[in-house]
Amino acid sequence: MSDDEERVTMPFKFVTGFDARFPNQNQTKHCWQNYVDYHKCILAKGEDFKPCRQFFIAYRSLCPASWTARWDDQRDAGNFPLRLDQ
Amino acid sequence: MMNFFYNLTLYCDAPQPWGLYFQDSASPQMEALIELHDNIMFYLAIILFGVAWIMISIIRNYVSNKAPISNKYLNHGTLIELIWTITPALILILIAFPSFKLLYLMDEVTDPSLTVFVEGHQWYWSYQYPDFSNGDDEELEFDSYLVPESDLEEGALRMLEVDNRVILPELTHVRFIISSGDVIHSYACPALGIKCDAYPGRLNQISVLINREGSFFGQCSEICGILHSSMPIVIESISLEKFLFWLQEQ
Repeated sequence: MSDDEERVTMPFKFVTGFDARFPNQNQTKHCWQNYVDYHKCILAKGEDFKPCRQFFIAYRSLCPASWTARWDDQRDAGNFPLRLDQ
Repeated sequence: MMNFFYNLTLYCDAPQPWGLYFQDSASPQMEALIELHDNIMFYLAIILFGVAWIMISIIRNYVSNKAPISNKYLNHGTLIELIWTITPALILILIAFPSFKLLYLMDEVTDPSLTVFVEGHQWYWSYQYPDFSNGDDEELEFDSYLVPESDLEEGALRMLEVDNRVILPELTHVRFIISSGDVIHSYACPALGIKCDAYPGRLNQISVLINREGSFFGQCSEICGILHSSMPIVIESISLEKFLFWLQEQ
């Protein structure tokens, strides 16, 4: 963790809460959907487009690091099981 | 006596020998579970003694040397049969409704402030605090292994103590995301009212609000291999300030 994040004074809240699409205990698709949405979002609007960050925060909070690392590899290799450009 | 003078409360947050009742609750969920259990047990006791009393009276009053031909007249009675069919059905409904209400209330994840990712392994738990990861490679994560008996400190609990405890702030809505790296495990902590299976390839979420400071002990609750008994869970709840301090240290 770097210094700048620790010093920020803000309400103690890091994660996105309830999503009506995923009301159940099983959150697997919730993680996947936010990962896909984020990468579709930055592909369409660019890395700096602020609203994309919501998806990023959601999937970072929900997805295991090993899952996202694997998906990142798949995107780099071009065998991610979904087209992100449409 | 010490409790009286210092106004302290000693809570039972770990399993005890001959512990026939629940551990002390540390979350609203567990309070509700204990409440439901106590309510049901109250009516259970009434029914138990009522039915036992009826049975014993029948046996005493209609024993063959006392009432030799009672079987001739005791064939059937529609009214009593209706009563002893419908009454249990109503009682079951009365138990089912509060039970379902509590079940769905516990499923609700109320606006969590932070997420803890828990992954079961053969045979340890690994934890991540994904909300505090900053860059790509900086992750707040650790594995939590059993402390073997030979390494235990004075007063530590055998087969329950771990080397890295889960640290959580009290009075904060926490979301656990539970998964597994190999076989099915189950993440459980009786004092918090948590029990959630960990499946590989699936993310289960549960929500917890710990309402006091303390160390809460649990064990893997799905038989997961030869060392199933050697992957305990320790959740330590501390004040928010101390938690932020702990975060800073990591």
